[in-house]
Amino acid sequence: MIQSELLLQAKEVSKYFYEPEKFKVLNNISFDIHKGEFVTMVGKSGSGKSTLLYLLSTMDTNYEGNIILDGENLTQKTKEQLAAIRNEKIGFVFQFHYLLPEFSSLKNVMIPALKLGEYSKEEIESRAYSILEKLDLKDQALKPASKLSGGQQQRVAIARALINDPKIIMGDEPTGNLDSKNAAIVFDLFKHLTTEFNQTVLAVTHDNDFAKASDRIIEMADGIIL
Amino acid sequence: MKNYKHNINSEIAFIHLISKKKQTMVAALGVTVGIAIFIFMNSLMYGFEVYSVESLFKSTPHLRIYKEEHISQPLIKTSKTDLALLTNPKITKESKKLINPNLIIEALKKQPEVIGVTPNVSVNVFYNNGEAQVTGRTSGVNIEEQNTMFQLEQYIVEGKYSDLKANQNGIILGVGIAEKLNVRLADNISVTTAYGVSKVMKVVALLKTGVTNTDKTLSYTNISAAQQLNKQGASFITDIYVNINDYETAKKLIPKFKQLSGYEVEDWETANTSAAAANKIRKMMAMAISFSIMLVAAFGIYNILNMTIMEKLNDIAILKAIGFSGKDVIRIFVKEAIVIGLIGIAFGLVLAMLLVKVMGNMWVGGDIGFFPIRFFPKFFGLGIGFGLIVTTLAGYIPARKAAKLDPITIFRK
Repeated sequence: MIQSELLLQAKEVSKYFYEPEKFKVLNNISFDIHKGEFVTMVGKSGSGKSTLLYLLSTMDTNYEGNIILDGENLTQKTKEQLAAIRNEKIGFVFQFHYLLPEFSSLKNVMIPALKLGEYSKEEIESRAYSILEKLDLKDQALKPASKLSGGQQQRVAIARALINDPKIIMGDEPTGNLDSKNAAIVFDLFKHLTTEFNQTVLAVTHDNDFAKASDRIIEMADGIIL
Repeated sequence: MKNYKHNINSEIAFIHLISKKKQTMVAALGVTVGIAIFIFMNSLMYGFEVYSVESLFKSTPHLRIYKEEHISQPLIKTSKTDLALLTNPKITKESKKLINPNLIIEALKKQPEVIGVTPNVSVNVFYNNGEAQVTGRTSGVNIEEQNTMFQLEQYIVEGKYSDLKANQNGIILGVGIAEKLNVRLADNISVTTAYGVSKVMKVVALLKTGVTNTDKTLSYTNISAAQQLNKQGASFITDIYVNINDYETAKKLIPKFKQLSGYEVEDWETANTSAAAANKIRKMMAMAISFSIMLVAAFGIYNILNMTIMEKLNDIAILKAIGFSGKDVIRIFVKEAIVIGLIGIAFGLVLAMLLVKVMGNMWVGGDIGFFPIRFFPKFFGLGIGFGLIVTTLAGYIPARKAAKLDPITIFRK
C-alpha cells in the first residue's frame, strides 16, 4: 500500500475504569491511521474497542497517553476546543442513531453545519438536501426524525456525520442495530465513501462481512491490539 | 473558516419549547404559582400592616409637641445641713400652656418633611345627659385642618364634620359616648370639666373610628370651646400635632423639632408603645413568612426546570457529540428557562392580581370592613425580579452540571 498522509495517531494510550473496581481497560495502545483508509476494529465484548473509539473521537477525555488528529495533539485541548474539533473534523455514527427527535431529518443534518458557520443557511440547506438525496432520503427530509424507520434514521445520522466534510468518520457498530437489508445499505455506503470520495473511516464492528471489506482490521482483546 | 454566525442555539431552544408545549406550560405553571403566591402573600401581610398603622393614625399624629408638666419648686432652697423645710409641691396650673403657638406652627410648616400641622386644646371632661355621665377627653381643633390630617370625614357616621364650624357650641361625639348617653344628632348634652366649667353643647356629628376605646371617650369641639372648658383665654394651646411624609422617620425628627419649638416632642411610637411593639412583631413575622415563601417558591421553580433539563440529558449528549460546546449547551437551556420564566411570570402577575382582587372584595365585617389587602406595585416588581433570577439560575445550574460531562458519560447511563 502506498504510504499516504498520517491522519490519526494513538500514542501509548491507556485508560482505567474505576467502577466497580480499578481496571485497566486499555493498555498502552499505539497505532496510526492514514488518510483515505477504511479501518475496522473488531474484538469480543469488553476488549476495549468501543472505549478506544470514544477516546479517539474526543468524547471521552479521561485517559493517559496522547492522541493526535490532523497534526493537533488532542490531549492538550480544552473541552471547548475539543467540541470545535468534533464539529469540524470528526463525523460520528453511533450504534443507535441519536438524532434530535423534535427536529426534521433535514434540520438534524443541518445542525452541525449551522454550528460550524462556514456556509450561509441557504448553502447549508442545499448541501444537506444533496447528501440526503445521495442516501435516498430526499422524500423523508421534512419528516420529524422520530417518524422514520430504523434504517432511515441511521442513514440520516450518517448524512449528519458527513455534512461538515469531516477528516474522519467514526462509527460505533453503525450496523449493529439494523436488519441485514439495512445493514447492507449502510455498509455499502461506507465502502462507497472510502472508494469514491477517499473518505477516512474508522469503525468498530461485530459484523465479520463488514470487517472483511475494510482496508485494514485492528483486532483487540483485553485492552491490547493483537 | 467561520464566515457565518447562525443563531442555532436560539433555534434549538425554541424548537424544544414548542415541540413539548405541554411540558413547557407545566413548567411555566410552576413559575406562575410560585410568583403568584409570593406576590399575594406579601400583599396580604403588608396590607394588614398598613391597615393597622393607619388605624393607629386615625387619632394619633406622627409627632406631638407639648409642654412637660412641671412640679412647683419651693421658693427657699434647702440643703442637708439646714433645717428640714416642709413643702407641698404641685403641678403648676399654667404648665400645659404653649407660649406663642402660632410662631411654632409657622416654623414647623416650613420644614420640608412636614405635611400637616394643627393646634390642639385637650381637656378631660364629663359628658352629661340627665343622670347619665361618661368621662372622656375632648379635643379642641381647627376642624378643617384636623380633617386634612386625620381624614376625619371617613369616620363620620352621622351628620357633617363641617357643621362644627357653623356652631361655636357644637360637638362631634364618639358613637360609644352617644350610645351610653342615649343622645342623637342635634340633641344637646352638657359638658363639665374639673375646672368647674359647664357648657351645653349640641351634637353636630357622630364619629366612629373603629377603635373602641377612642369611640367611647373622644369628642371634637372648636378650639374656643375647649379653651372655655379649660377656663383659659384665646392663646391657650396644649398640643401641636404634626404629620410628616414618612411616619417611619418620626423618631429621628424629635431632636430637630425639639430645638425648633423649645418644647417636648413625642413620636407616635412612644405614645402607643404597645401598638408600636405589636407593629414591629408583625413586621418581623411578615419578613420571616415572605422569606419562607420565597424559598419554597424558588425550590418549586428550580425543581420543575431541573426536571425539564434532566429529561433532555440525551439531547445534550447528542449536541455535544456533534460539536456543541458546554457553553452552547448552557446558553440553550438558560434561554429556555428564561422563556419559561417570562411566560410563567406573566401569568403569575395576572393570577396575583386576581387573588388580591378577590381577597380585597371579601367582607370581614367589624371595624375592618373589607379585607385589608391592596395592590402594592413594589411586590409585583419584586415578583418579576425574583422570578427572573430564580428561573435563570434554575436553568443555569443543572445545565452547567450537564455541560461539564463528557457526552459518553451521559450515553453510558
